[in-house]
Amino acid sequence: MTPPLLEVSGLTKRFGGLVAVKNLGFSIAAGEILGLIGPNGSGKSTAMKLIMGIERANIGSVRLAGREIVSWPTHRIARAGIGLVFQHSRPLHRQTVLENIKLALLPDSLFQLAAERSVDAKARAIGERVGLGAVLDRHPTTLPFADLRRMELAKAIARDPEVVLVDEPFAGLTLAEVESFSALIRSFREEGKAVLLVDHNVKGVAALVDRVLAMYLGERIAEGQADAVMRDETVRRVYLGGAIETHARAIAPEKSGVPLLKVTDLSVFYGKAQALERVALEVHEREFVSVVGLNGAGKTTLFNAISGLVPYAGAIEWRGGALAGKTPAAIARGGIAQCPETRELFGDMSVQENLDLGGQHQPPAERAARLIWLYDLFPILKSRSKQLARTLSGGEQQMLAIARALMMNPSLLILDEPTLGLAPVILEQLSKALERLRETTSITVLLGEQNVTFALPHADRVYVLEHARIIWQGPPDRFAAEAGAGYL
Amino acid sequence: MRIVTALIILLALASLPFWVSAYILAVLTVAYYFGVFAMAWDLLFGFAGEVNFGPTFLIGLGAYSAGLLDNHGVPVWLCVIAGALAAVIGGFVLALPALRLRGPYFGLITLVAVLVLQQVIVIFAGVTGGEIGLTINDVLSVDSGHNYWLALAFLVISGLILYSFSRSAAGLILQACGQDAIEAQALGFNVAKHKLAAFAVSALFSGLAGAMLVFYLGTASVDTVVDISVGVQIIIAAVLGGRRTIVGAAIGAVFLIVAGEILRPLGQLNTFVVSAIALVVILFFPDGLVGYLLRRGERA
Ligand SMILES: Nc1ncnc2c1ncn2[C@@H]1O[C@H](COP(=O)(O)OP(=O)(O)OP(=O)(O)O)[C@@H](O)[C@H]1O
Ligand SMILES: [Mg+2]
Repeated sequence: MTPPLLEVSGLTKRFGGLVAVKNLGFSIAAGEILGLIGPNGSGKSTAMKLIMGIERANIGSVRLAGREIVSWPTHRIARAGIGLVFQHSRPLHRQTVLENIKLALLPDSLFQLAAERSVDAKARAIGERVGLGAVLDRHPTTLPFADLRRMELAKAIARDPEVVLVDEPFAGLTLAEVESFSALIRSFREEGKAVLLVDHNVKGVAALVDRVLAMYLGERIAEGQADAVMRDETVRRVYLGGAIETHARAIAPEKSGVPLLKVTDLSVFYGKAQALERVALEVHEREFVSVVGLNGAGKTTLFNAISGLVPYAGAIEWRGGALAGKTPAAIARGGIAQCPETRELFGDMSVQENLDLGGQHQPPAERAARLIWLYDLFPILKSRSKQLARTLSGGEQQMLAIARALMMNPSLLILDEPTLGLAPVILEQLSKALERLRETTSITVLLGEQNVTFALPHADRVYVLEHARIIWQGPPDRFAAEAGAGYL
Repeated sequence: MRIVTALIILLALASLPFWVSAYILAVLTVAYYFGVFAMAWDLLFGFAGEVNFGPTFLIGLGAYSAGLLDNHGVPVWLCVIAGALAAVIGGFVLALPALRLRGPYFGLITLVAVLVLQQVIVIFAGVTGGEIGLTINDVLSVDSGHNYWLALAFLVISGLILYSFSRSAAGLILQACGQDAIEAQALGFNVAKHKLAAFAVSALFSGLAGAMLVFYLGTASVDTVVDISVGVQIIIAAVLGGRRTIVGAAIGAVFLIVAGEILRPLGQLNTFVVSAIALVVILFFPDGLVGYLLRRGERA
C-alpha cells in the first residue's frame, strides 16, 4: 500500500492561552478529498496554515510523502508540493489578473530576467480554464467577488502542487458558481492530488468529498463518511444546528406615510460600466426588506450609494429629505449603519475596541446593555474580546462586523452578505437574533444576500436585482414561483 | 513611440555641452547623480515595499570609502569600485537583521544607521575630515563637458538596468514580496532572499553614484552625502516623480535639484518654495508626475 501523501499527527497550536488546534491528526491519500468542517473559530484555517508553515506548530508532525516538513519555511514547503488557497483572496492589486497567474508559474530565482515564452501561454490557458478568459488584463480591484476567488484557484492550479489546501472556496458564491468550482476541485482529484477542503457550505462539501473530519475547539470530534459525520450527535449540536425557519409576522408593519428610505432612478457608473440602472426601492419604518441578487448584480453598489460612498445619479431620500451631498459620516449619524461585505474592521484594535467605536455615540448605559446583549448573541466574541480583530477567524470577523453595526443602534441596518463565512449554527443564531430585533425593537433592516434560504425567511418584501436592474419585487412566498430560478 | 521620444530627449540632453554654460552643466551633473540615488531608492520602496529612510547610509559608505582610499593613493577607478562594494556590504549588514522586523521598524533602523554613520565620521575626524569634509585630490575629468557626459551615461545605464530589472520576472516576484510577503511565500518564493537581493542592487547603485559624485565634487562631506536632509530630498524626489516607475525617480531628482538652483536667489525661501511645490504635487498627484502621465495615457 502506498503511504498517504499528506500525514498530519499530534498537531497543536497555542495562541497565548487559546489552544486553536489540539492534537490534530489525519491523513490524505493521492486522489482523495478530505473535507474539514467545524464551527467558526474551531481551528480549520489555523490547521491549514500550520501545514503550510505560515504558523509554527508548538508540537506535532506534518509529513509529505513520508518526509517531515513541519519545521520547514513556507516557501520550501510550497516548492515541495503543497499549495494553499487562502480564505480571503490575496491578489496583488497593482498587477493584472494575468500577471497574478504568471507569478505563480515562476521559479524562485533571482536571475530569471525574462519569463519563458511558455509562461504567458500557460497562464492564459489556466485563466481560460477557471473562467477568467475575458478579464485577464484587468486589475483585481475591478473584479467581482467570484472572479477573485477564481483567480486564487487559478494560482493554485498554476503552482500544480501535489497537495491542495482549499479554504472556503464556496463562501459568497451562487449555486452555479459553487457547481463550477466543485468541478475544478474534482479535477484535482482526477489528477491524483490530495485535497483538503474547508467550507461551511455543507451540501457543497458533502457532494465533493471522500471523507469528512469535523473539528470543535481545535480537536477532532468525528471522522468518516460525509453522511455519517453529518448525522453525528455532537456535530449536529455544535456545527449544523437546526433549519432556519420562516417567521411570519403577526402584524405587518404600517406602510402608510413617508417611507423611511426611498430610492428613485438610481444610476451608478464605474468608468464606462454601469453598476446600477434606474433602480427604485422603498423601505418603510420597521420593515425587513431583502435585496436578492447574484454576485456582481449591484447589491453592494446600491448599499454604498445609500451610505454616501459612491457618486450616483438619481435620488435617495431618508425620512423625506435628500441624502445627496451628505458625507458618509453625516449619513451614519442620521441613523443608517452599514455592515459592509468587506467588513472594514480595525485590524489592529481588539474586538472590544471595535465594538466600543461602534457604540461611541450611544449613552453609556445604553452602550453597556447593548454590549451584554451582543456578547450574549455571539458568545465567541466575548471569549475573544481582547484579541486583535486582524487575528480573528473569518467567521469571527463577520460576527464582529455585524455586532459593530448593531452597536450603533441604527434606525436602518444595512447588512451586505452577512452570511459570508458563517457556520450553519451561527446562521441559525443570527436568524433568531434578527427575529428578536424585529419583535422587540423598531429597527428597520435592508438585507443583501444571494443565499435565499437566509434572505427569505426574514423578509417582509423582496427585491431581485439582476444585471444592475431591479427585475422583480414582491412578498417572499411568491419568490420561489416567480423569480426563484437560479437561486433555489 | 515612447522609445522615440526618449531617444530624442536623450540626444537633446547629450548635446547640451555644445551650447550651454559650464554652470548649467555643473548643476545637471549633480542632478544626474541624484537621479541614480532616487532610482535606487525607488527599487526598494516601490518594488520591495521597504521604506529605506537612510539612502544616505549607503551613499555615504560609497562616498567615504572611495574618498578615503583615494587619499591613500589608490587609483580612481578602483576607489569607485571599492565604494560600491562597501555600500553593498554595508547594505547587507544592515538589511539582514532589519528585514526580519515587521512594519515601520525597518525604516527606523535605516534612519538610525545614518545617524550612526554621521557620528562615526565626526568622531574619527582625524581620518575622515569630520565636519569640514574630506578633500579629494583626484577627479574623474577636468573637463565639465566630459563630467557631464559621464554622469548622463551613468544615469542612463543605471536607469536601463534598474528599469529592466523592475520589469523582469524577478521584478514581479519582488513586487509580490513587497505587497504580500505571506502570499509570496505560499507561492514558493523565498521573500528574504529576494528582498536582500533588491537591497544589494539598490546599495550597489547608491554606492557607485556616491563614489562618483565625490570625485566630481572634489570633496566628501556629511552635508552633501550623509545628512538626513539629503536622504529626505532623495525620498521626495522619488515620490514626486512617481513611485514604482524608476524613470520617475530620476525625473523627480533632476526637477528638484534644478528647481532648487533656479530659486537660489530667493535665499532662505528657496527650500521653502521647493518643498511647497513638492507637497502640492504629492497631495494632488499621489502617483507622482510620471505616474500621473502614465494613468492619463492608459485612459486615453
Ligand atoms: N494570531 C492569532 N492570535 C490569537 N488568536 C488567533 C490567531 N489566529 C487565530 N486565532 C484564533 O484561533 C481560533 C481558530 O481560528 P481559525 O482561523 O483557525 O478558525 P476557523 O476554524 O478557520 O474559523 P472560520 O470558519 O470562522 O474561518 C479562532 O478563535 C481565532 O480567533
Ligand atoms: Mg477559517
